[in-house]
Amino acid sequence: MAKLEEIETEEHQKAIIISKRKRTKKKYSIIIPTYNERLNIALVIYLVFKHLQDIDFEVVIVDDGSPDGTQDIIKQLQNVYGDDLILLRARPKKLGLGTAYYHGLKHASGDFIIIMDADLSHHPKYLPNFIRKQMETGASIVTGTRYVRNGGVHGWNLVRKLTSRGANVLAQTLLWPGVSDLTGSFRLYERTAFEDVVSSCVSKGYVFQMEMIVRASRKGYHIEAVPITFVDRVYGSSKLGGSEIVEYLKGLFYLLFTT
Amino acid sequence: MKHILKIMALLVAVAGIWISLLETSVVPRSYTWLLPVYLVVSLGCYGLLMVGVGLMLFPTCPQEASLLQKDIIEAKEFLKSRGVDVGAE
Repeated sequence: MAKLEEIETEEHQKAIIISKRKRTKKKYSIIIPTYNERLNIALVIYLVFKHLQDIDFEVVIVDDGSPDGTQDIIKQLQNVYGDDLILLRARPKKLGLGTAYYHGLKHASGDFIIIMDADLSHHPKYLPNFIRKQMETGASIVTGTRYVRNGGVHGWNLVRKLTSRGANVLAQTLLWPGVSDLTGSFRLYERTAFEDVVSSCVSKGYVFQMEMIVRASRKGYHIEAVPITFVDRVYGSSKLGGSEIVEYLKGLFYLLFTT
Repeated sequence: MKHILKIMALLVAVAGIWISLLETSVVPRSYTWLLPVYLVVSLGCYGLLMVGVGLMLFPTCPQEASLLQKDIIEAKEFLKSRGVDVGAE
């Protein structure tokens, strides 16, 4: 009797694996790193669920021990939306953006990884555009770009725009990346592409985003772009400071010599 | 091939052309000596032009801010009704 049960379980497991492989409906894991985004994360989650009605997805929130109670809010959101769709995978303290994505990846079960910010500068209404673009073109990576006609930025003063444009021209001249928005962090990756590229990236912060896309470009991954609009954060404090320019230049030259 | 090697190759090719121009005197020597300077200055001007043009044509989306505000109100209403704390910051 015991042997028969064993065989039945084994057959059942095989059937699950086979059906998973045949499954044509793809699953999307959205990884959102957070730090002190108590209000924003709730708004983002609402909008994600609003705009991804017919999609199989999960949200993996990597919170770095926010002192403002972000994790309590996330638990409340889990009560509303289900803790199978909102995964809270916290870390004890601020450990950096790159490692946050890697940590999220370990807990993600999707075929695709989407990364986005928690501060509402990335609007979830563009998520279907990313997904559609990937399905239409079969691209490995779809990156959101703010610098094309249907995209755009709001809430940046002249100095900010100048810095952004100057940084972009410098990066394009030095790196020839083939992508218009290097520092953007609103992207969709095929899981295999993400795993491949993230393991070879060592930079911190937004230079990490640049390193990801440049390495992916060097490795020959098919990269497409969709226009996105970027409204500078409404609530909370931005984590972009003055020393970022020095870090940017260091990162640029690092990428110039190592990619 | 590493990207830096591509750039090195390009620089070597340009240097080769410059040296050959010096040697064969197709262009008067005095001009040829200054060619690298002209090249660097033109590159610099081109870069500045690109920054300026890009700055002028920087795509903006002022309507997105008001759309976002509407979304925020909608989100807050829904979440409040479901017991999520969305009190003012």
